[in-house]
Amino acid sequence: MAMIPGDFSQSYERDIAIFRTKTQWVVMVIGLAIMLTFPLFMSNYWLSLFNFIFVTVIAVLGLHLVTGLCGQISLGQSALMCVGAYTVGVLSVKFGISVWACLPLAGLVTGLIGMIFGAPALRVKEFYLAMSTLAAQFIIVWVVSHLEEWTGGQLGMYVPPATIGGFSSASPSNLFYIGFILTIVMIAVAKNIQRTRVGRAFIAIRDNDIAAEVMGINLFRYKLLAFFIGCFFAGIAGWMWAMYLQNINPSQFTLKESLWMLGMVIVGGMGSTTGAVMGAVFVRGLDMIADYASAWAGTVFPTIGEQAFTAFSLIIFGLVIVIFLIYEPRGLYHRWELFKASYRLHPYAY
Amino acid sequence: MEKSDNVKLKIENISLRFGGVQALSGVSLDLREREILGVIGPNGAGKTSLINSISGFYRPQEGDIYFEGKKITRLAPDKIAELGISRTFQQIELYTGLTALDNLMAARHVRMHTNFLDGAIFLGRAQREEVQHRRVVEDIIDLLEIEGIRKKVVGALPYGQRKRVELGRALALEPKLLLLDEPMAGMNAEEKEDMARFILDVYDEKNIPIILIEHDMGVVMDICDRLVVLEFGRKIAEGTPDEIKMNQQVVKAYLGGD
Repeated sequence: MAMIPGDFSQSYERDIAIFRTKTQWVVMVIGLAIMLTFPLFMSNYWLSLFNFIFVTVIAVLGLHLVTGLCGQISLGQSALMCVGAYTVGVLSVKFGISVWACLPLAGLVTGLIGMIFGAPALRVKEFYLAMSTLAAQFIIVWVVSHLEEWTGGQLGMYVPPATIGGFSSASPSNLFYIGFILTIVMIAVAKNIQRTRVGRAFIAIRDNDIAAEVMGINLFRYKLLAFFIGCFFAGIAGWMWAMYLQNINPSQFTLKESLWMLGMVIVGGMGSTTGAVMGAVFVRGLDMIADYASAWAGTVFPTIGEQAFTAFSLIIFGLVIVIFLIYEPRGLYHRWELFKASYRLHPYAY
Repeated sequence: MEKSDNVKLKIENISLRFGGVQALSGVSLDLREREILGVIGPNGAGKTSLINSISGFYRPQEGDIYFEGKKITRLAPDKIAELGISRTFQQIELYTGLTALDNLMAARHVRMHTNFLDGAIFLGRAQREEVQHRRVVEDIIDLLEIEGIRKKVVGALPYGQRKRVELGRALALEPKLLLLDEPMAGMNAEEKEDMARFILDVYDEKNIPIILIEHDMGVVMDICDRLVVLEFGRKIAEGTPDEIKMNQQVVKAYLGGD
């Protein structure tokens, strides 16, 4: 068999493709096919966990676009998910709009509201922008819990499942399929935006806003666009969240969630789509392990109690972020790249 | 090489103040369609302020700037870039997290037209556009001999190469006027020679006028068709390199004396 010393693209189409070789395609298709068989043998507990991860991945991808690419810190992603979830709730329950039709609507409404809270980005940066997006977190949740006629206030509201024929998203396995497809599509959208004109404009703004402006990028328009797209993702995640729980409630959309999502972007590696997905899966996995560990620790040390250990999981999460910021600020994605590079070069050092 | 006397850029009497500091006072100059115009002067003379005013980064309080007959004095920097005025910076201002290739592609922004929906779908319009503009960018990469670093993240590149990538980025915008702010600052003789060669190549191949700020008199005298000398924000002389060399006021500005 002829060995080719490397893998060279022979057309620009191939050079800019995400999957550049047949092997990569085959591995991806097999991987996705295996995931599609999960509902056949997994318990509802595990499927729910996956659905939860799908929600998180979509929301974190949105935050990745706003913060990771465009460099605009947003601390309100969870509240914007709340907007998405309640858009589905209100539109389907009060106006009788089909839950499916609510999917794009949730994205659009959330995107527009996100633009309002992103507008200060024209004038302020970094910490100050973090403060103004923090306002989104509190204002949105406050408004939702006080619009009792529409949203049921603190008691929350019931959202009907998405159905088509005999297929209902109420069962975790069906929702798994929906979430699976939705996640794949959103990952593709995020990656495609990142590697084309708009994505490069976002990164240009993040890396050097002065140069970006002089090189013809309208800062205000693109910052707003980043917020719109990022919050569109939050809206889609909100729809998925509403399908996942069926009972939505303002108290589900906490500041803690928003911070966690920012943490996932950091842990995964700022500015990489793959990293955002990795971060979301990694932190949710860690969270689950911490839950198990605290339940187990609660039985071993009953005097301290499970509650104390549950609180422990927050400390672990904080610790993980700090450790990443100190030792691997470029995140899991960078580690993955290093691994791939060393694998490619094996057995040579470089 | 035929010379054309059509005026590409006309600066009329611009004055720029920062609080009490008078950065530019009543500077006028014409840039013709086919020339490399050198702007020289001691430190703090207002050379960079002049370029910043042209690219819309500073707003002069008085006077006007016309580009191809169109007034651009009050336009936003991104609008001026769209008209085809491109520049490099004294301190390199690249997109540090992007590769050299993507830095150049990012500068194609004003020449590309797909929106984020095309981008999200990718297949079709966005892909075609990417490939089409990639060809243009690859030509510039060839011209500037940066093939070897096209996939390297620019933040990690050595100084000389970053300077070259920045020139590439300015060219990728497909400018009708190129502003170079000290493209050879901090380079050794060999790198300066390379850069001078690139600038002349660009001038010949792209057929665009260039405004060049540079401190190295040897380079300036060699490659510029005409020079403008600034001192304390005022234009003190203008002419061909030979005329400038003989100008008593210029000699005084540089060497002091009375």
